[in-house]
Amino acid sequence: MKLSTLTALAVTTALVAPAAIAEEMTIVSWGGAYTKSQKNAYHDPYSEKSGITIINDDSSAEAVAKLRAMNEAGNVTWDVVDVVAADAIRLCDEGLAMEINPDEHLAPAPDGTSAADDFGDLIVSDCFIPQIVYSTTFGYRTDLVGDTPPTSVCAVFDTEAYPGKRSLEKRSINNMEWALLCDGVAKEDVYDVLETEEGQNQALAKLDTIKDDVIWWSAGADTPQLLADGEVVMGSTYNGRLFSVIEEQNQPVAMLWDAQVFDLDGWIIPAGLSDERKQRALDYIYFATDTQRLADQAKWISYGPARASSAPLVGQHADLGIDMAPHMPTDPNNAKNTFLYNYEFWADYRDDIEAKFQAWLAK
Amino acid sequence: MTDATNNGGPVLAADGTPLKKSLAKALRLQKMRALGLIAPLLIFVMVSFIIPIGSMLFRSVENGLVSETLPLTVAELQQWNGDSSEPPGEEVFSAFVADMVVAIEAKNHTRLGTRLNYEKTGMSSLFRKSGRKIKNLDPAVDGPFKEKLIDIDKRWGDVETWRTIKTHSVGITNGYFLNAVDMRRTPEGAQSQPEDKQILITLFKRTLIMSLAITASCILLGYPVAWILANLPARTANILMILVLLPFWTSLLVRTSAWKVMLQQQGVINEVLVWLGMVPDDARLVMINNQFGTIVAMTHILLPFMILPMYSVMQTIQPTYLRAAKSMGATNWTAFWRVYFPLSVPGIGAGSILVFILSIGYYITPEIVGGTKGVFISNRIAYHISSSLNWGLAAALGAILLAVVLVLYWAYDKIVGIDNVKLG
Repeated sequence: MKLSTLTALAVTTALVAPAAIAEEMTIVSWGGAYTKSQKNAYHDPYSEKSGITIINDDSSAEAVAKLRAMNEAGNVTWDVVDVVAADAIRLCDEGLAMEINPDEHLAPAPDGTSAADDFGDLIVSDCFIPQIVYSTTFGYRTDLVGDTPPTSVCAVFDTEAYPGKRSLEKRSINNMEWALLCDGVAKEDVYDVLETEEGQNQALAKLDTIKDDVIWWSAGADTPQLLADGEVVMGSTYNGRLFSVIEEQNQPVAMLWDAQVFDLDGWIIPAGLSDERKQRALDYIYFATDTQRLADQAKWISYGPARASSAPLVGQHADLGIDMAPHMPTDPNNAKNTFLYNYEFWADYRDDIEAKFQAWLAK
Repeated sequence: MTDATNNGGPVLAADGTPLKKSLAKALRLQKMRALGLIAPLLIFVMVSFIIPIGSMLFRSVENGLVSETLPLTVAELQQWNGDSSEPPGEEVFSAFVADMVVAIEAKNHTRLGTRLNYEKTGMSSLFRKSGRKIKNLDPAVDGPFKEKLIDIDKRWGDVETWRTIKTHSVGITNGYFLNAVDMRRTPEGAQSQPEDKQILITLFKRTLIMSLAITASCILLGYPVAWILANLPARTANILMILVLLPFWTSLLVRTSAWKVMLQQQGVINEVLVWLGMVPDDARLVMINNQFGTIVAMTHILLPFMILPMYSVMQTIQPTYLRAAKSMGATNWTAFWRVYFPLSVPGIGAGSILVFILSIGYYITPEIVGGTKGVFISNRIAYHISSSLNWGLAAALGAILLAVVLVLYWAYDKIVGIDNVKLG
């Protein structure tokens, strides 16, 4: 009796299993609050609509290396991958991501504007499907800055007015630009200056003036922790992380919206998927990047939707009930003085400048 | 029995075959069976260990991408004198366009750009941007190409561009190994990197010195603990052993983060010291994001690897030896130093090898608590694997690290003797 039940079970499993596998897809993202916001805004509604089970894999930080290894092994197990724009460019260059035709693969805006126009300049690579706009910006301890809270990014370099440690990311990107901006280089000239040997030295020399006061971070959670513990008086991190320190954890921290670096995060579809999986991935993407979906994500995290048509639809935080629009990096009040990340420049200069930066750090 | 046996011919087995042959056959069968038994493990080790390591090491010299993507160009470039100040002639340019049209079709040109960008800044965008325009050229009819390419991007008229392609067109290159020791491959042979890009040798040295420091502090802290454990009654020792093993079972990240809470300037230790008045509030000790932090955290994390082999060796040392030494008039110190310590050396040796080799490849702890002065070479390897995608350089760094460990192992064998290492 027992044996026959087992056999029956095994047979049923064997019959059901292939179908079940066919109805699964693996979506790779960053984990934590970010994956949660995607699950609420995209995954759950999509599963409900299509019946496809979505498996989350929190590997975005190593996505480029892992995709390359999977591709070499001829066994790509991911269906849709969330990466920052710079990584999407790399993946596209390496032939590891599929090229996307926005007007064919993405939904038009409700008013009929084509997807290519709705996303506009944010489509920075042929393989990249923009999802959110985020900023790398500074947060500071309101109780440690005295009566004159900083209003300019250059406060980071002003150790006299704002003594104490500051935290910066342990890489050249963004830090070099801020150093030049605060050394008197005009915003529009920054990348022209950084192209030259003298410009790179100038940036490093500026960073040198605060080198002893910097704690260098490598994980996005570092600066929020350092700020919450009072280890640093100010530090750079992603604006969504600062939002959660300020609004969700109620720490005495405030956000500095000045010369924050605009950057993008979005989807790619790995190259070399079978037709069936590719179709499913595209179907998901079409659903998850439409105007309403992108606006929905902002209910759970303070990153701006990448579509122009989504901005008016941004509502309130799902748990806190506060208006999310003023916390978006795309909000006009916050975006008064933003700095645009130059993808083309860093694709070229990253190897060279990063080597110099790391050598400088080790000195 | 035949006459042949009697006449001193080969001894035959019962079935008539020569005994020697029969024995050899039996032996061979036995060996095959033994091999069959270990085959699963052997295949597993081969597939999951030897082959991946081998292929990773091969990447450190492998450089087929340039000559595979641009076969005609590379062949034509052999005729071109790289020392001249003139860019190559039309034949190279037309070969290049022919190659590129094929490469763009297969989307290989951007990969090549990324590869060459490791050597010369700007190659990445040069190949990506030019690719969009070269795509529309027809190598058969649109020539001559020299002017056209220089029109597309003036960098095609730059001698350095072609020198870079030529220098790095060899199929097996020493370029990655040169990069790994702060040098670079140039048309004039190996040269050192500009000073502001030299970092890797420093990191190698630092990794070795700090690993030695971590090993030494593990010995100093672990030896008394192992001694106490080995000399207590078994019941008590087992309970205390939990204290050694408990952190061993705790996640590495949790322990490292705990050290952050302990050591940071607003952390537990500093707070206590300030509260006791031993340290002024405005001059708190800096104990993290430097070498000190790395050594403390890694010593704590690796300590069980030192204590366990020491403990199991010390357990085998008979207490009667010490009593015998003392009964013959040795002081406590002499009895320890001349009798007990030499017997415990195999445990120290085993522990040291374990700790040293583990710490030399450590990555996550230095990354979290090491700041800028406390990071290891493995942090750079991780960067090149996952961020810059320069796997050739990462492989070369890994190969050097492997060689260093093997040399040190050999030196240890020469000085102490590897058979003098015991895990229990």
